Amino acid sequence: MKKFINNNDDFLKESLTGFGKAHSDIINVNLDPSFISRKNKTKDGKVSLISGGGSGHEPMHGGFVGHGMLDAACPGFVFSAPTPDQMQAAAEHVDSGAGVLFIVKNYSGDIMNFEMGAEMYSGKNDSIITNDDVAVEDSTFTTGRRGVAATVLVEKIVGSLAEHSGSLEECKKLGEKVNKNAGTMGVAFTSCTVPAAGKPTFDIGDDEMEFGVGIHGEPGRKREKIQQSKTIVGNILEAILDNLKPGKNEKNLLFVNGMGGTPLTELYLVYEDACQILQSKGVEVTKSLVGNYCTSLEMQGASITLLKCDDEILKHWDAPVHTAAMRWGM
Amino acid sequence: MSVSFLISQAKNVQKVIDENSAEIEDLDQKIGDGDHIFNIQRGLKLVVELEDSIKDLPLAKALNMIAMKVLSGIGGSSGALFGTFFMTMAKSSDLDKDIDFNKACEMIICGIKAMKERGKADVGEKTMMDVLLPVSEKLNELKNESEFKSGLNEVIKIAEERMLSTKDMLATKGRASFLGERAKGYIDPGARSSQLMIDAICKSVINN
Repeated sequence: MKKFINNNDDFLKESLTGFGKAHSDIINVNLDPSFISRKNKTKDGKVSLISGGGSGHEPMHGGFVGHGMLDAACPGFVFSAPTPDQMQAAAEHVDSGAGVLFIVKNYSGDIMNFEMGAEMYSGKNDSIITNDDVAVEDSTFTTGRRGVAATVLVEKIVGSLAEHSGSLEECKKLGEKVNKNAGTMGVAFTSCTVPAAGKPTFDIGDDEMEFGVGIHGEPGRKREKIQQSKTIVGNILEAILDNLKPGKNEKNLLFVNGMGGTPLTELYLVYEDACQILQSKGVEVTKSLVGNYCTSLEMQGASITLLKCDDEILKHWDAPVHTAAMRWGM
Repeated sequence: MSVSFLISQAKNVQKVIDENSAEIEDLDQKIGDGDHIFNIQRGLKLVVELEDSIKDLPLAKALNMIAMKVLSGIGGSSGALFGTFFMTMAKSSDLDKDIDFNKACEMIICGIKAMKERGKADVGEKTMMDVLLPVSEKLNELKNESEFKSGLNEVIKIAEERMLSTKDMLATKGRASFLGERAKGYIDPGARSSQLMIDAICKSVINN
């Protein structure tokens, strides 16, 4: 394992402290229990949005705390759900009286810990669960689909509504709509190494890729020989379009997300391939996002998310945002 | 059951888990995401380190401190589930009285029931509940027997059988559920760690 690390026990604490110093104009970092909150107190009457999850997906979620997005984020250990006391403390710190909406990715550990945090918090609160990964079969009898990169879009779009005086119920409703309108699938070329493990999460050949990989390096649909970008992108989009079935005149947001180890040059190439394929299928791309937003440590690979946008979603996507990892309009 | 019993069992379990950590880590990397063993080890370390602060406390307080430590110090599914287990045990009635085998069984049964509700998982879904629920049922049969040591041998056997049975299951809950058929052929890491804990505790009770 080659990583910038001093000792394992302090890995997360040191990284969070550095994050706090680097972005001290936007956020504060609280340790023990760990949460990242906005530097400026949430204004009275604004619904607070809190997300969180295992670390290792940076900039998600701490990099999305700030105006127009989250009010707080609760980082767990690498790839491990945060603990209920973190959610409780974050909620108590940011809630201005309008209530708290927890944004939770669909993993058993996250669901349980957020549920307990919500039970421990005495103020008004509600939750939405993201589950945009079309690589996994959805079924009422199973844990269902994983929550992956579309969580970024949910946080941005609902964050804007909260900033524009949306109520807790309205924020939840919009969040659920964005999640339902989004589909994501990822591909990994290499594995990733959890610092505590010291060795790669899975073995993968030099000429292989994991098609439908999860954001923790969980296996996906199948292991295949690596192919041309156009073929990979085509296969990903086929799975997403199968699932989302966007209408002919519908506007869409195309989000190409890096897993941490793939350079932007390649991500833009993926974007270009995706645009061409979507155009040939008559799917209109109106908005774009390209970059490393929902990563898996140093994994090489990318995911593609397509989000069907109505006017409400478009308006809140364009609205100003100022966070460590996403900034426009202000 | 007493505070000193809890402390000695935490050390006992810690030793067994450490000895088998490579196997659990490997199973989790195959069908999960590899964090389970680190969470369990971190939790056990935190509980063992509580010794000085809890050894002179009444049982209810000690259990409560263990619960809060597990809940706030572990994270992941294990933190929520085992935190729920100890929190439920701490809420049992009459903890200031002598805790005999019958009462201890009742506390553990309630704890496992609460874990089942928290995780919304049942037998047959390739999780730690595949081991814990049958063990809880067996304890329910055994709790009023005066000769419980032979019964504990049966608990050990059930835990092992049920742990092994997860190998050919299709996962429908937890991280492994995302894998579909590909999770088949591997024992569930949570079932394995739970079985190891039960095995270590039962053996220690039988031999003392």
